[in-house]
Amino acid sequence: MQPSKLIVIGIGNQYRSDDAAGLLVVRRLREQPTGSYEVHERAGEGTALMELWKGAQRVVVIDAVESGAVPGRIHRFQANLEPLPAPIFRDSTHAFGLVEAVELSRALHQLPSNLLIYGIEGESFEAGGEPSRAVLTAINDLVKELRQAIDQFPGEQSVRF
Amino acid sequence: MKTRTIQVSYLARVEGEGGLYVKVRNDRVVDVKLKIFEPPRFFEAFLRGRNFAEVPDITARICGICPIAYQMSAVHAIENAFGIRVNGQLRALRRLMYCGEWIESHTLHVYLLHAPDFLGYQDAIAMAKDHASIVQRGLQLKKVGNELVTLLGGREIHPINVRVGGFYKVPSRQELEGLAERLKRARDAALETVRWAATMPFPDFEQDYLFVALRHPHEYPLNEGRIVSNRGLDIGVGEYEDNFLEEHVEHSNALHSVLKNQGPYFVGPMARYNLNFDQLSPVAQAAARDAGLTSVCRNPFQSIIIRSIEILYACDEALRIIAQYEPPEGAAIPAPVKPAAGCACTEAPRGILYHRYRISDRGAVLDAKIVPPTSQNQRVIEQDLSQFVSRFLTLPEPELEWRCEQAVRNYDPCISCATHFLKLQLDRR
Repeated sequence: MQPSKLIVIGIGNQYRSDDAAGLLVVRRLREQPTGSYEVHERAGEGTALMELWKGAQRVVVIDAVESGAVPGRIHRFQANLEPLPAPIFRDSTHAFGLVEAVELSRALHQLPSNLLIYGIEGESFEAGGEPSRAVLTAINDLVKELRQAIDQFPGEQSVRF
Repeated sequence: MKTRTIQVSYLARVEGEGGLYVKVRNDRVVDVKLKIFEPPRFFEAFLRGRNFAEVPDITARICGICPIAYQMSAVHAIENAFGIRVNGQLRALRRLMYCGEWIESHTLHVYLLHAPDFLGYQDAIAMAKDHASIVQRGLQLKKVGNELVTLLGGREIHPINVRVGGFYKVPSRQELEGLAERLKRARDAALETVRWAATMPFPDFEQDYLFVALRHPHEYPLNEGRIVSNRGLDIGVGEYEDNFLEEHVEHSNALHSVLKNQGPYFVGPMARYNLNFDQLSPVAQAAARDAGLTSVCRNPFQSIIIRSIEILYACDEALRIIAQYEPPEGAAIPAPVKPAAGCACTEAPRGILYHRYRISDRGAVLDAKIVPPTSQNQRVIEQDLSQFVSRFLTLPEPELEWRCEQAVRNYDPCISCATHFLKLQLDRR
């Protein structure tokens, strides 16, 4: 059986300061593709995320979070094993965002077998602002981490963490 | 004095964050405030100085749920300024694209946001555990809307294919025909959706609303029409600002719209339906009648049926457009830049969306005005809450809170459009 392609999804709004973090990570990955993976940008609407990861085995999602931790901190959640801490995901306050998409997929038995979600702690989500220095540093670190992880296992067309 | 306090600090299942405050004194509702906290109108300022050609792509980012509506109002307003008119197949393609957005947006609301209220579930996730096949039907239906928007918009989110004068690229016949089979299945699913929605339990809550929607002589309104009401308003879009007022209220960052001398008004699917029933396709009209509706519906809780009828109409209309499609010779008509102002109003899934732009001789935006449907519905939402809480004060506290949230969700408020976040908070003492 062919291993399924790794899917990397960045979520965010480029007009809202640190909310753009997820988008910026996947744009960097797209600049220098390594290994075999698909890169997608999304606004965070839940059913679109479900459609994207339906049938996939390995999925990585990057989003901005707001938990009160130090700005730039990178949180990691293995969503196929445990529920996301809903309040920290900004999408969770939307009608139907990432957190809802994960849980509805779980209820319908459509969750990828390996769904890793990175949350980059934001400092500011003001409309019209630029990403903060702390978040830009975190984006660099996460891009390096993801590239390394993907490069380590190019033949498997998948990623291990 | 006996006072009661109900605190619902967060309203789930609406797009965005905001607050709702209901004050009850001696079993009488004395105040209802829909609060919006986010600084609004960022985009209006952001557009100033930008080239007109960037406007459709920038405004598409105001809302992740209804980007097409923003693009459509934007391009029609700028075309109005430049004195050009997009006709024929390009016009039909715009209508087709809008049908895709109605399918996406309405299906999300009907299945995942509103239905759990009626069926007694906390959310769609809990509902899916008992009604997996129904939720799957909703997801499939929404997917067809996504596909239509992706094909015409160039990508799934923040579509980039719309331009002043038409499109950057138009689809081939084969590309559209490839979607037709799935749209036929979607139309069947939409019909089932209408039947299913009609079985929900509805509270007896008819109100005498002032409905406002577009009306077109030959079609159910999407991109074009006069602005009409059920109380005699009948104006061209250019007269919008002479007839509607935006008022700042202290408790909200979103401006409240009122019709001059008449007050709050109701926009969206209910208004469109009540003012345009005769323009629905035969299959949509028949489905409405089978669902027990007449051409007039004044119970906002039944908006779930009306949205389902509009999903059915959008599938039907999309199939009609695809069947008649011939690729146009060019993807766009020329857009000669001139210093001018123009406006347009289109029917976003949640109601009329008004845009006005003033453009310089070099094509730069001098100023922009955007009035989203949710800010127009704010007053009516407050009135509904006031009436509803007054009539159902005897309900146990948790149920009353639930019903209040449901009453707000009747309007599918998209607070992201009205501002960005809206937290709903219900305070009752």
